[in-house]
Amino acid sequence: MTALSATRGVAARLPARRYLIALALAVWAAGWALLRGHDTFALGGAELTPLHGALNEAMDAVDDSRNSNPLFLYFINYIRLFIDQAVTAVQALISQPALGRPVPVLGWLGVTGLATAVALLYGNRKVALLTAAGFLSFGALGLWQESMDTLALTLTAVALSLAVGIPLGIWAGLSDRFNRLVTPVLDFMQTMPTFVYLAPLTLFFLIGPASATVATMIYAIPPAIRITAHGIRQVSSDTLEAGTSLGATPAQALRHVRLPMAKQTIIVGVNQTIMAALSMATIAALIDAPGLGQTVLKALQTLDVGTAFNAGLAIVIMAVVLDRVTSAASRRVEVQRRAGRLRTTRGRRLEVAGVLGVAGVLAYLSYTYVWAAEFPVAANAGPYVRRAADAASQWVQDSLVAYTDAVKNLLTNQFLNRLEALLTGTPWWLVTIVAVVLALLVGSVRAALVTAAGLLLLVLLGLWQDSMVTLASTIVATVLVMLLGVVAGVWIGRSDRADTVLRPVLDAGQTMPAFVYLVPILGLFGATRFTAIIAAVVFAAPVAIKLVAEGIRGVSPTTVEAATSAGASTWQLISKVQLPMARSAVTLAASQGLIYVLSMVVVGGLVGAGALGYDVVAGFSQHQLRGKGLAAGLAIVVLGIVLDRVMRAATQRADVAAHGGPHHK
Amino acid sequence: MTAPSVAERSAPDTDVPPILSVRELWKVFGPKAESVVGSSLSRKELKEQSGCVAAVRDVSFEVRRGEVFVVMGLSGSGKSTLVRCLTRLIEPTAGEILLDGEDVRKADERRLRELRRHRMAMVFQHFGLLPHRCVLDNVAFGLEIRGVAKQDRYARAREVVGLVGLNGFENSYPDQLSGGMQQRVGLARALAADPEVLLFDEPFSALDPLIRREMQNEVIRLHQEVGKTMIFITHDLSEALKLGDRILIMRDGEVVQVGTPDQVVGAPADDYVRDFVSDVPRSHVLTLRWVMRPPQPGEPLDGPELGPDVVIRDAVHAVLSAERPVRVTDGGQLLGVVTSAEILEVIAGKAEG
Ligand SMILES: Nc1ncnc2c1ncn2[C@@H]1O[C@H](COP(=O)(O)OP(=O)(O)OP(=O)(O)O)[C@@H](O)[C@H]1O
Ligand SMILES: [Mg+2]
Repeated sequence: MTALSATRGVAARLPARRYLIALALAVWAAGWALLRGHDTFALGGAELTPLHGALNEAMDAVDDSRNSNPLFLYFINYIRLFIDQAVTAVQALISQPALGRPVPVLGWLGVTGLATAVALLYGNRKVALLTAAGFLSFGALGLWQESMDTLALTLTAVALSLAVGIPLGIWAGLSDRFNRLVTPVLDFMQTMPTFVYLAPLTLFFLIGPASATVATMIYAIPPAIRITAHGIRQVSSDTLEAGTSLGATPAQALRHVRLPMAKQTIIVGVNQTIMAALSMATIAALIDAPGLGQTVLKALQTLDVGTAFNAGLAIVIMAVVLDRVTSAASRRVEVQRRAGRLRTTRGRRLEVAGVLGVAGVLAYLSYTYVWAAEFPVAANAGPYVRRAADAASQWVQDSLVAYTDAVKNLLTNQFLNRLEALLTGTPWWLVTIVAVVLALLVGSVRAALVTAAGLLLLVLLGLWQDSMVTLASTIVATVLVMLLGVVAGVWIGRSDRADTVLRPVLDAGQTMPAFVYLVPILGLFGATRFTAIIAAVVFAAPVAIKLVAEGIRGVSPTTVEAATSAGASTWQLISKVQLPMARSAVTLAASQGLIYVLSMVVVGGLVGAGALGYDVVAGFSQHQLRGKGLAAGLAIVVLGIVLDRVMRAATQRADVAAHGGPHHK
Repeated sequence: MTAPSVAERSAPDTDVPPILSVRELWKVFGPKAESVVGSSLSRKELKEQSGCVAAVRDVSFEVRRGEVFVVMGLSGSGKSTLVRCLTRLIEPTAGEILLDGEDVRKADERRLRELRRHRMAMVFQHFGLLPHRCVLDNVAFGLEIRGVAKQDRYARAREVVGLVGLNGFENSYPDQLSGGMQQRVGLARALAADPEVLLFDEPFSALDPLIRREMQNEVIRLHQEVGKTMIFITHDLSEALKLGDRILIMRDGEVVQVGTPDQVVGAPADDYVRDFVSDVPRSHVLTLRWVMRPPQPGEPLDGPELGPDVVIRDAVHAVLSAERPVRVTDGGQLLGVVTSAEILEVIAGKAEG
């Protein structure tokens, strides 16, 4: 707060802030022209700095102590064993040969039957049909086993995440103290780009299911905790007080009042947890997690669009099925309540028994007979899908090449290359000074300090040049995200029609695992930096659009009416009333968009983005590059923190200027 | 006119020991709340100097068994805080609360729960029903948490649901009921435990006027049927006058006046109360005791006879149609006389104090 008021003082004394910003940019441009190529810390792909070497050695030391260090012996190794066992058990049940047989305990018929039964009992008939069709399509795409591996990993991670997340969420809902304690931790877990912690995890849990599960849990637990806590907190204090006045103990109040009233919200949390887990379980292919992610990853690395599309399709289907079933389950709570008791308890029991009975028979068949265990080869349509996708991609590339190249070249030459040249060509100290000054001018003293520390850290990490390349892509992608976000967000926020049409698309977009986006874009643009940027934009745009649309919708109708009656045109209405009033939503969209873009940096590394993303990916596969990969992961985090801080400070300053006080939401 | 003393007005009740007595009760919100207790600064000064809000200050009163005791005051005067202090839903800062001689403030967790489960129950302004439970389960909730067997609690709940006139709605859910019906559920829930004292915190202010009147009559009927002691919070004077055997008026956390409805209207303690009651049709509240005067020498004393507690409105016809002054008598003893002059003065509303 003192920092803020200090800068406000500075700003007051220097009224021409705008000119100062222009001046700083001019100094930068001049510096670039004069000092191009000096002090830029260029570092080749396989080159290492002493720090990277030291990191390598440190990682080797950790590896060596795996069987001697007590922390490993008595703690981490047990966790690893436990998780490995859990995943293996589920795999034995549905995906991997088990009990000395060539097939898992349950074959396709049994798994499909059980999944459908669950969908029917917790959801409704429609999602049950969807579930059956979805599971059959895994077989039909020729990916039954891979799909079941992904499902096994996802379900294990979800079970563990909920076992940890729901109790912690309840605790955070009940105790302000604990809530204050976990909130920053969760913030950190959620803003950390997902790929960054994969490599360090393998150090502790080795490559394989345990690391993959832990990584998935890190990603999936925060929504479980947050949403549960939110559900517990939002229980009306009137109702709670009524409970207390009747003499309820705290435990009774939790059991009879808070939990039932938070039930629906908690199921929404389960849904979010499942979607996060699926997304991460596919990404964990990078550290050798089994399943569909592997198939996509291998195909991406060989630029085999057909195979990647086939497996990507299976991931999408799984995401849709899981999302629909859990959404239906949460709505069911509400529907049941509204309709009063739909059926008597006896009726429900009969239904449950019947459905489970049928599923049980199917399961038994799939345990006993080969035809019900192994998906019939004759029904495998995978090759056709692959070939069709290949052909389509080829056709699109051939016939659209003029347009895609035009877009690609325009963006690459006009913006990306120039920004990149400016960032990478100027001496590091000049970039740092200019960045700090800009952070001070648009943000606050604190933002300037964070910027200084962050950029120096990038130098120390030995990844200055790579960081600047990634920064250029990130900035371009974020700007594109915000353009899309504002245009589409305003449209959706203003038109109910656009909302009904586009919202499902956005929802679907948000539930898709990050990998999936790469496939069609790779098909369109080939393996370049640009593909990575577009993938990041596609990944980040839905959240930005939705946030902007919420903000526009949140503008009070009376204000809009008042402006309309004063004769404002549509354009004036948008630019003078709705967007300014939705400003906090727009800035939130920008910072969320940025986080999403950054989290795609590593994925971009898979398809030719180079720089930090490539460093991280190379660190997974090449032993001597592990240290550098770790440093690159850190560099991504540092970039994220710096950008986020500056953006927040800038918003705060704008709010102060507009309202004379920080904006409360 | 002369104000009769409290003792005179409510003579029949005084020998019964009070069921609840509150002594020098304080509730201060804010840092170092204890140090504020006893302060004589005004609420505003206190807020400026210590950052504390004295929501209830030095409140003392007694509630007699079976009476309807109304606490009235403007918004923010501390009524809700006061009534919540009684069962320690809000922990009082200082003072004594005796329920049948037992100090509620000294009760430990367990004992306090016992008190809440068996002896005092509350009805809330915003109902506080459980949306996921049907009416019957809501009503039975209090019994459930104190461990009454399913069959017994449903039997009792059905009985109370009938008592508040909700027959046929046992299996409905709260959001399927109108506001008035929801509050009936709240009322039934409080009654189910068969408590000695019922607390109401502005139970009808969220309802529209017609329903409110209906619910007020319901409370009067229930009071006659089950005869519970009731402490009733309201900011609505007509509600207070209609329901209350006695009324406590609060301002800024302090007690301004305690008295029967006719005392409050007839002899307001200060300008605040006077302002409050200025719109009340006095003839609807005041009794003959308030307007009678000693007979003048030579006045004929053979007119009709009326009791001192007859409300003026009900006496208008008798007094105006009588040829001679009406005698006000109590047990054969002559207290005073009333003529059309006194009656018209009250109705015209010009007489003050
Ligand atoms: N938890 C609290 N913390 C701080 N101050 C409080 C708290 N609860 C109440 N107050 C203050 O105590 C005073 C009395 O509040 P209370 O709710 O008892 O008034 P009330 O007479 O019930 O008003 P209303 O008719 O609006 O319900 C108010 O000034 C209020 O701001
Ligand atoms: Mg109140």
